[in-house]
Amino acid sequence: MLSWVDTILQGALLGGLYALFAAGLSLIFGIMRLVNLAHGDLIVLAAFAILSAMTALGVGPVLAFLIAAPILFCIGYALQHFVLNRTLGRGVLPPLLVTFGLSIILQNALLEGFSADSRRLSAGTIETASLALLNDLAIGLMPLLTFASAVAVILALNLLFYRTAVGRAFRATSDDSEIAQLMGIDNRRIYSLAMGVAMVVVAIAALYLGIRANFDPTIGPARLLYAFEAVIIGGLGSFWGTLVGGIIIGLAQTIGAKINPEWQILAGHIAFFIVLVIHPRGLFPRAID
Amino acid sequence: MSVHIRFLEWCANLCRRSVLGGDVIGPSHDHVDASLSHGSGVGTALSKFRVETATRTSRIVLVAGSILIFVLVLLPAFAGRTLVQEMIFVFYMLGLAQCWNLLAGYTGLVSVGQQAFVGMGAYLLFFMISTSDIDPLIAIVAAGLLAGALALPTALVVFRLRGAYFAIGTWVMSEVYRLVWAQVKSLGGGTGMSLATSTTFQIFGIEWIKSLFGVKTSIARDIIIYWVALVLCLGAVMLIYTVLRSRYGLALAAIRDSERAAESIGVDIFKMKLWVYMVTAIGTGMIGALIYLHKARISPDAAFSVLDWTANVIFIVVIGGIGTIEGPLVGVIVFYVMQTYLAGFGTWYLILLGTLAIAVMLFAPQGIWGYFSNRYGLELFPLRRILRANHRDR
Repeated sequence: MLSWVDTILQGALLGGLYALFAAGLSLIFGIMRLVNLAHGDLIVLAAFAILSAMTALGVGPVLAFLIAAPILFCIGYALQHFVLNRTLGRGVLPPLLVTFGLSIILQNALLEGFSADSRRLSAGTIETASLALLNDLAIGLMPLLTFASAVAVILALNLLFYRTAVGRAFRATSDDSEIAQLMGIDNRRIYSLAMGVAMVVVAIAALYLGIRANFDPTIGPARLLYAFEAVIIGGLGSFWGTLVGGIIIGLAQTIGAKINPEWQILAGHIAFFIVLVIHPRGLFPRAID
Repeated sequence: MSVHIRFLEWCANLCRRSVLGGDVIGPSHDHVDASLSHGSGVGTALSKFRVETATRTSRIVLVAGSILIFVLVLLPAFAGRTLVQEMIFVFYMLGLAQCWNLLAGYTGLVSVGQQAFVGMGAYLLFFMISTSDIDPLIAIVAAGLLAGALALPTALVVFRLRGAYFAIGTWVMSEVYRLVWAQVKSLGGGTGMSLATSTTFQIFGIEWIKSLFGVKTSIARDIIIYWVALVLCLGAVMLIYTVLRSRYGLALAAIRDSERAAESIGVDIFKMKLWVYMVTAIGTGMIGALIYLHKARISPDAAFSVLDWTANVIFIVVIGGIGTIEGPLVGVIVFYVMQTYLAGFGTWYLILLGTLAIAVMLFAPQGIWGYFSNRYGLELFPLRRILRANHRDR
């Protein structure tokens, strides 16, 4: 019985990591209806950026993240400004194929630069520290911290969206980009800013991904799929829904893994399709595609 | 009120008949009338019009194409083994590209999960061959049909997603299939398995080929696979051309251009999409079965590889020209040349391929063929219906 409580707790906390993966995807989709197939690879890119900062400057992961985040913001801004903005407003195909091509380029560029070796961001003793809840029940500090960060990121994104001028512009462009333009909003700049912000969220996700598990240049697409599933389950455009989606995927995966370790990923995918069949628009839909 | 409704009904009927019943989409009333007379065979006063699709180029292409096909059929008689092997690769990539093109370029179903059907066909073939003494050729057809049957439940789920979300949904579906096949221990589980050489030699007509060409069994097997690949590839091209020339082709073009408008003139969008999805799944499944009969070794990661069976295929279609039959033909040649001369560079080759695809999408979204066809008005496989007057004095 206790082992099941443990499994469910672990699953819910794993959902925090998936919500972090998904928050950036959800943000981008919510504002510009762009589905970024390179999202997973951007997470891996961010993890390597943090790793590079750690090795080059000899600092810890958190400081390395603080150095890498502004750079990643600029990369996101430039990517949107020079490449992705050109694909918008021309139908489904161009953004999809351009980000798909980008995904292939990123994977291979990372392979070229960092080899196929598995890496990890070492964070010292905090990696294995845990919090005892009961005699036989303890939860890891890192998963707890991940979950708390996911909640914090979503709170911050909601504040950004509903309490600031930039957020108002984000929402206006999301609701009707043409009218927003008439009101003097430069859509393309808004999109570039949004991608920059998304890259900072991606960097946070990468920080936790790198500390909690090994990563190599090829793991991006699987992360994209988890993130995507969380966004769809939660409902398009709802950040809190994305958190719920992440938790559902996390729960399904840990429960599946408990029954048979080989079923972990499969269970997550199947949970996704079950929700899709019952609630095609997700649990808490806000935006209309 | 009722007059108003009746008028709307009349308009809708007119449109429906002109797009789906007849052969012509005409900008003016004259043309619509001509189409109705063409469709029903009445209206002698209007018989001074005729509808044509063939152009002079297309007639030349038909002749040249027939000669080319004839040469390709006879190729194993004078070509070395390497060339035959490479042509098999070209044929199956072209076949996959045509299937994806029909799906994404003509129907707007942008899937990045077609590896689901490549892997499904391949695994079904391996399952059939390793559990029974079925002829591999029959197994290819059966694997394709079964993959197509599985496309039905797949479609009912992934069709709930639209546009870009449909794309990732198909990808997740193919991951599900990969993980399920990796559970089948009799087929090697996650590590995969090889076909015993003897089983792939039990293919229809192999003795005949051996004596005809005087070759070893393994080469005779390659020759049969070469012909099957040629048939599947030509079959894919012919099928797509026939579909697009039919009234369903018009319905597909209407769906691609505007779903809402297509629906308003009576196109059953869901049925059309489902139909195309299943047909391409059958084609993709048969090609997948053929690919792995040729390779004779399978693993879940290889058979359900998004890079090999979807990314490369998308690059072929996009670089060549999406939404045209000629595009994949051009694309596969570019891809083959790049693969032959640059694949040795490994990661740099893939970076280049990705960059090229992005550049084409951004700056020449119609691809190489689209660019030339726009510029010089070329059409090897004409789809446009041209209304010509029947001049008595000509």
